[in-house]
Amino acid sequence: MQNSIIDIEKQALESIEKANDSEQLDQFSIKYLGRKGELTKFLRNISSLPENERPSAGKNANILKAKLEKAFKVALSKFEAHDDRQFTGIDVTLPGRFAQRGSLHPITQVAKEISDIFLRLGFDIAEGPEVETDYYNFEALNIPKYHPARDMQDTFYVSENIVLRTHTSPSQPRAMEKTQPPLRIIAPGKVFRCDSDITHTPMFYQIEGLMVDKNISFGDLKGILATFVHQFFDAETSLRFRPSFFPFTEPSAEVDIRCVMCKGKGCRICSKTGWLEVLGSGMVHPAVFENVGYDTKKYTGFAFGIGIERMAMLKYGIDDIRKFYENDVRFLGQF
Amino acid sequence: MKVSLSWLKEYISVDLEPSVIAEKLTMAGLEVDAVEERYDYLANIVVAKVIDVKQHPNADKLSVCSVDAGGDKLVQIVCGAPNVKKGMFVPCALPGAVLPGDVKIKKSKLRGEISYGMLCSAAELRLNTDASGIMDLDLEDGFLPGTPLEEALNISDTVFEIDLTPNRPDCLSYIGVAREIGAFTEPKQKVMLPDYTLPKDKIGKQSIHDFAKVEIIDPDLCPRYSAGLLFDVKIKPSPFWLQEKLESIGLTPINNVVDITNFVMMETGQPLHAFDFDEVAKGKIIVRRAGVDTDFKTLDSKDHKLESDMLLICDGERPVGLAGVMGGENSEILDSTTRVLVESAYFNPVSIRKTAKKTGIASDASHRFERGADPEGTVKALTRAVSLIAQLGDATIAKNYIDEYPKKAVPIEIDLNTKALNSRLGTKLDSDAICDILRSVEFDVEKISDIHLKIGIPFFRVDVTRPEDLSEEVARLWGYNNIETSYPLVPAKGRLLDQRIVLRGKIRDIMTGFSFFEVINYNFINENSCDRLNLSDTDTRRKVETILNPISDQMSVLRSSLIPGLLETMKKNLSQQTDTLKLFEIGKVFFATQKGSLPEEKERVAGLITGNRSDQSWYSKKIKNDFFDLKGVIEGFIKGLMIKDLRFEKIENDDYPYYKNGYAAVVKSGDTLLGSLGRIGGKTLKNYGLKQDAFVFDFSLKAIRNMLPDSLIAEPLPRFPSISRDITIIVDRSIPVGEILEQIESISKKQSLIEKTFLFDAFEGKPLPEGKKSLSFRVVYRSAAKTLKEKNIKKLHVNISRSIVDLFHADLPEAQEP
Repeated sequence: MQNSIIDIEKQALESIEKANDSEQLDQFSIKYLGRKGELTKFLRNISSLPENERPSAGKNANILKAKLEKAFKVALSKFEAHDDRQFTGIDVTLPGRFAQRGSLHPITQVAKEISDIFLRLGFDIAEGPEVETDYYNFEALNIPKYHPARDMQDTFYVSENIVLRTHTSPSQPRAMEKTQPPLRIIAPGKVFRCDSDITHTPMFYQIEGLMVDKNISFGDLKGILATFVHQFFDAETSLRFRPSFFPFTEPSAEVDIRCVMCKGKGCRICSKTGWLEVLGSGMVHPAVFENVGYDTKKYTGFAFGIGIERMAMLKYGIDDIRKFYENDVRFLGQF
Repeated sequence: MKVSLSWLKEYISVDLEPSVIAEKLTMAGLEVDAVEERYDYLANIVVAKVIDVKQHPNADKLSVCSVDAGGDKLVQIVCGAPNVKKGMFVPCALPGAVLPGDVKIKKSKLRGEISYGMLCSAAELRLNTDASGIMDLDLEDGFLPGTPLEEALNISDTVFEIDLTPNRPDCLSYIGVAREIGAFTEPKQKVMLPDYTLPKDKIGKQSIHDFAKVEIIDPDLCPRYSAGLLFDVKIKPSPFWLQEKLESIGLTPINNVVDITNFVMMETGQPLHAFDFDEVAKGKIIVRRAGVDTDFKTLDSKDHKLESDMLLICDGERPVGLAGVMGGENSEILDSTTRVLVESAYFNPVSIRKTAKKTGIASDASHRFERGADPEGTVKALTRAVSLIAQLGDATIAKNYIDEYPKKAVPIEIDLNTKALNSRLGTKLDSDAICDILRSVEFDVEKISDIHLKIGIPFFRVDVTRPEDLSEEVARLWGYNNIETSYPLVPAKGRLLDQRIVLRGKIRDIMTGFSFFEVINYNFINENSCDRLNLSDTDTRRKVETILNPISDQMSVLRSSLIPGLLETMKKNLSQQTDTLKLFEIGKVFFATQKGSLPEEKERVAGLITGNRSDQSWYSKKIKNDFFDLKGVIEGFIKGLMIKDLRFEKIENDDYPYYKNGYAAVVKSGDTLLGSLGRIGGKTLKNYGLKQDAFVFDFSLKAIRNMLPDSLIAEPLPRFPSISRDITIIVDRSIPVGEILEQIESISKKQSLIEKTFLFDAFEGKPLPEGKKSLSFRVVYRSAAKTLKEKNIKKLHVNISRSIVDLFHADLPEAQEP
């Protein structure tokens, strides 16, 4: 009988060797290890052996069982890997069942990206009405009636003293009236100007920023805006601050960045100057503080306004601002 | 404003490259928009040598010349000038050249003779006024023909286009711009001012006071009025130097007197006006508000309606000028004019601006006055102009001048704390550096102590009234880019985002997840949008806010609904052959309140689907979207926001007249109305020119926000398996499934074993009787305490079946026994 178990081992291992695929292997496995298999039969017959041979035969059979189980498993795993490669299967080049993707409007995406940068810098988001009083849109911002600065913005009127806000700057006095310094807010939103051509739409988006505290300096304004530009474009984008005029800031500065298209060599986008005007900013004018009752001796602050379309156009290489509001899904789907 | 560099150099000595000047001006706050080479128009005009001259065979006054224009061969040019002769060097415009006045030169035939260009006179090239013959360049014999004319004459000029901000009227003049340049040249320089003294030999014996009198009735609007008088003025064209200056900055020369007033305005920034003194009745100038006068014709022959507050210049009888805006036709300088009164005044900026706005006149004068002229500059400009008129108009100057100055300008002095200035800018400038900077642009600086400066503000700097304004002066002249960048330290204290912002973000996530595209439409819509939506006269959405000055009728009212924008967007996309759309928009709608008050702003989310649920493909036929495609989205949308007790109720009133009757529902959570959805009705589709069905939803963000759960508590997962049993009933077609589900739900509220119920089949038609439908519900039972067996639920299930059968008069199919 000892021989017989050696025979089983030999035959079984040969069978594993010979097996061509997992199916044959399964059959062999049943032949030797199955309920009616050779090894099971052997074990069942142990009782017919002389008593002194039984323990060692049983032990050997069980050792063999374990050995064969392992051998089959190893062989099977090879076949499984192999079999997957052999299947004729399906035509995987057939198009998948269409799953449409939706998308956020590019302006929403860029506004969020800009907002997130300032949220990380510790700014809060404030919002105001889209239709404003003349007071908040102009007067509170040091733009009296019949001031030539009103020409800088073509205003839509709803009545003599009610306008569609021409900028997000009314958020400044509105926020300051509600809160004492220190104050750090951004205010994204729609603004409106009576203008319509390839570079102007009558409605567009801005993000206003305002920071007021003790000892806020023009240098701080430069630091915050440089951080913004470096995060939004990239850390290599150089920027310059250029004197300008806004009635509600003093000093006022336009911020130019190195043209993102030509890297400063001069191209159509930057009108050959190498620079792109991207935002307006400045130190809050003391008259604005006086209008909201802030102590001009104690506090200073800076404010800025970013045109979101401009940012989106530079980021995505869009040359016609009107595309944003035509809402052609072939355009929207690209973002 | 245009500034010619060669003209500018009369006031300041600067030899920097034009591009460097442009850069430095820009960085000092005078933004240079464009730098143009003034003689670029001389391109394709070269020096040519006349080799031979022959009489034109068919024209007495023409010659046929053979000229060397630098090419391989001599070229033939037909010339009409009497002075053309052999050996002469002349300017020759070759084909491709464009002469002033947009004269395009090309190869042409003149009376049968070919001409390959044109020999030019100096006047034709705008180099001087000589039009008598072609320009004799008077060059040595060896000069190389073909040399560009610009190079041969060694002329060049650069014109800067400066985009001045409204706070800097002082730079609306050559002297002002020169002053800025003087602040950045090395070393710093003072402006070279023109000669403001009158030429003694031109002053006559008669005094102005014997002829003219100025009376200012409204000194609040005209604090100062200076005037000079000239006799025997010869009105004629200006000399070339003056014409050329004006043309270099885009002004058209008119006659010597008018040109001089323009020239002096450009030079000094002080607007001037010249009257034909013979037309000034009684020799009187009266400055007053219009009052009862109602009409006035300006010198551009336009009639204007006057308002009583507008400031007028009047003579002894009538208005002769809109003060500071434009003179009158009745007293303008004509060729026949001999006596000229020159006005140099200072007007109230706001008054000028109002008049300019209301009359729609934007003149060079009003542009300067409304921004603020120099009240102390009137007499200087006046003497300058009078001197020039005397010289160029061979005139005699009346002795003395008039200078009515009832409201003297008050000088401004500012105490400047240099510490505060440095702290505002983030700089560490010492007081000497600050003094230097301010002096360079003519501020009067007195150093009281190291931190205390007393600054006298020049009258021409109307923009500087407080210490912060001086901080800008220092910053811009020191250089914004020389100010060190710093980073503010802020308290590590943040606030939660406003719930409205959070909700918008959630909605956007959910809707894009449902494959919707976000759109942003204009806030203004067509004035007939309410009609297009079929809104009744009493609909609150009729309370639209109207824009007084809209871009067009299509954008003339503020939207009171997001639906018109979505339908317009659908139309635009269909016209681009995109016929399947899923769109949504989050935005405000507006409702007018009382006149003069802000409108109500309400935020909504709306969306639209149209086209196909599934396009034709290998796995599916083309299937059109229907109501239930949108409803499924809305169910997912509301449930995604964790809002409970969602209900859809069929709309059976006229509140939503843009939906098709019977195909629309309001959406509620409990009893709170959240919004509506439905199929757009035929009439509205037609109003928008739409030829395919659209399904629209429209929700209030405030209502949604109010129904958001305060918090979310996770439920433990069930530990025991569920079992399901079905109920199929046959009921009248009219019975809404929702009511049956609600009935089962009401039982389940009392019976904790019912986990959920849903409709899994609905059928109408044969073999069912007419007007009936079959509905199959599956009820899922589960216990939290044990594995349920049939016996645990049998009775409950029968009760549910019975209650439905009783309540809805349902039949059971034959096979099913309750």
